[in-house]
Amino acid sequence: MTPAPSPTTQPLLVLDRISKTFRIGRKSVLTAVRAVSLTVHAGEIVALVGESGSGKSTLGRIALGLLAPDEGSVAFDGRQLASLSPDEFRELRTGMQPIFQDPTASLNPRRTVRELLKQALWKTPGSNESRCIGLLEDVGLRPAAQYLDRYSHELSGGQRQRVSIARSLAMQPKLIIADEPLSGADVSIRGQVLNLLLDIQRSRNVSYLMITHDISIARAFADRVAVMMQGELVEIGRSEQVLRTPNHPYTKRLVAAVPALG
Amino acid sequence: MAATHDAAPPLLQTEQLRIDYHQRGGSVTAVQDLSIVVREGESVALVGESGSGKSTVARAMLGLLPPRIGRIEAGRILIEGKDVTAFSQPQWEQLRGHPIAMVFQDPLSFLNPVMRVGRQIAESVQRHDPDVPDAAARVAQLLELVRLPASSIRSYPHELSGGMRQRVLLAIALGCRPKLLIADEPTTALDVTTQAEILDLLRDLRQRLGMAMLLISHDLGVVWEECERVYVMFRSRIVESGGTREVFSNPSHAYTSGLIKAAKAARNSEGRFETIEGEFSTTA
Repeated sequence: MTPAPSPTTQPLLVLDRISKTFRIGRKSVLTAVRAVSLTVHAGEIVALVGESGSGKSTLGRIALGLLAPDEGSVAFDGRQLASLSPDEFRELRTGMQPIFQDPTASLNPRRTVRELLKQALWKTPGSNESRCIGLLEDVGLRPAAQYLDRYSHELSGGQRQRVSIARSLAMQPKLIIADEPLSGADVSIRGQVLNLLLDIQRSRNVSYLMITHDISIARAFADRVAVMMQGELVEIGRSEQVLRTPNHPYTKRLVAAVPALG
Repeated sequence: MAATHDAAPPLLQTEQLRIDYHQRGGSVTAVQDLSIVVREGESVALVGESGSGKSTVARAMLGLLPPRIGRIEAGRILIEGKDVTAFSQPQWEQLRGHPIAMVFQDPLSFLNPVMRVGRQIAESVQRHDPDVPDAAARVAQLLELVRLPASSIRSYPHELSGGMRQRVLLAIALGCRPKLLIADEPTTALDVTTQAEILDLLRDLRQRLGMAMLLISHDLGVVWEECERVYVMFRSRIVESGGTREVFSNPSHAYTSGLIKAAKAARNSEGRFETIEGEFSTTA
């Protein structure tokens, strides 16, 4: 709990023996996450892979501070989330931004792109139109001026996801936690969004924790892959190694189930 | 089941089909110049991205275009050689389930939420065979065929997992003894391990029942493993067709090759993901 150690030695995100259970009805209890530890270093891309119900989204929400773990701790940038005051948390949390699967649900339908971006720029009051335009250009929406007055329903699915990425970038995050950011997208759009995420990583040295059910994307995109099954982390390692020569029987099953193009 | 003569007409055929959607603001062409053939026992895929028109084709094959909005403007649909293009809804009712049945991506929107699964399967059996001597026995047989436990008859759809619901849908379809199953993204909403189970089941059913399948899918990996022939759709037209192995290993159309590269989700020598560029790009 030492405040702000050197960021090069300290991992950016440390999840330490996280457990979380949910009550279902009056009697039963579901253990969504069981004693999971995971780290993400600065500039690193980690993929969290698993099927529905494996607990990967719950773990993502805990990392973001949207849910409190029952056991274990979350540290971001060297500081324990649980030890922070609401104001400190609010400040620290801007460095860690989410991108969700369904941009239609996360963008307010009654606001224009300009309003959505200005809202996301609350940390830098008085930020002007040119900041908004810069953000849109960063996410490949050009000419940016064309998009400022549109509402989200006037954008395509890929454009909407780009706007939500732009909103995340407005905070100048160090870590982006992306929960299935591509599962609604066609393959031709998938490549464009993945390339954009790689560009952002390079130009801004952002780290990613990508939560995905898609093993081929995890393999190609991430440096390391963590595999979750029924709330437990069953395997973690370099992407190539985990997915080419999996150790755990579940990982083997998962890899074998993906229909491969010859 | 290979008792057909060479001269037998194909199960399903379309000739230069064109379908438009009409709305107050105007009309759009969803499908044009579409000619496809599915013969008995074949496994054929129609692949394409969202908005390419592939689901419109599936709906038209069962007379399920939205009334007054979706209209066949040109061309013909032939089912077992019979021209059904101008069929009325009561006429379509006679064809749905047999010879052609369909399963959808989202079983919940198809199943009745307040009726037990067993009764829903029995309805399908009795509709096509009102004199069936023992409907309960047939339901039990169908459940076994789709590898569901016999106790599932008492379940409501919400009590079942996504994979089990898809099996119920299959049991309902098979209750009509279809010669052709149209499967519109049947595994898209499922986890990969569940998807593998359903695909395995479909393969087994096709072999045992000699049933043909028209698989509508955006997943080229699934198509590669399951289908002998493929039609590739792009912006309302078929841009390429042929044997799956030939088309995927040696695509002749730029859109098809772009799609295949993108589907592999691999990075190229510059560390970039493949995208579809130029006139065939879908702007994200």
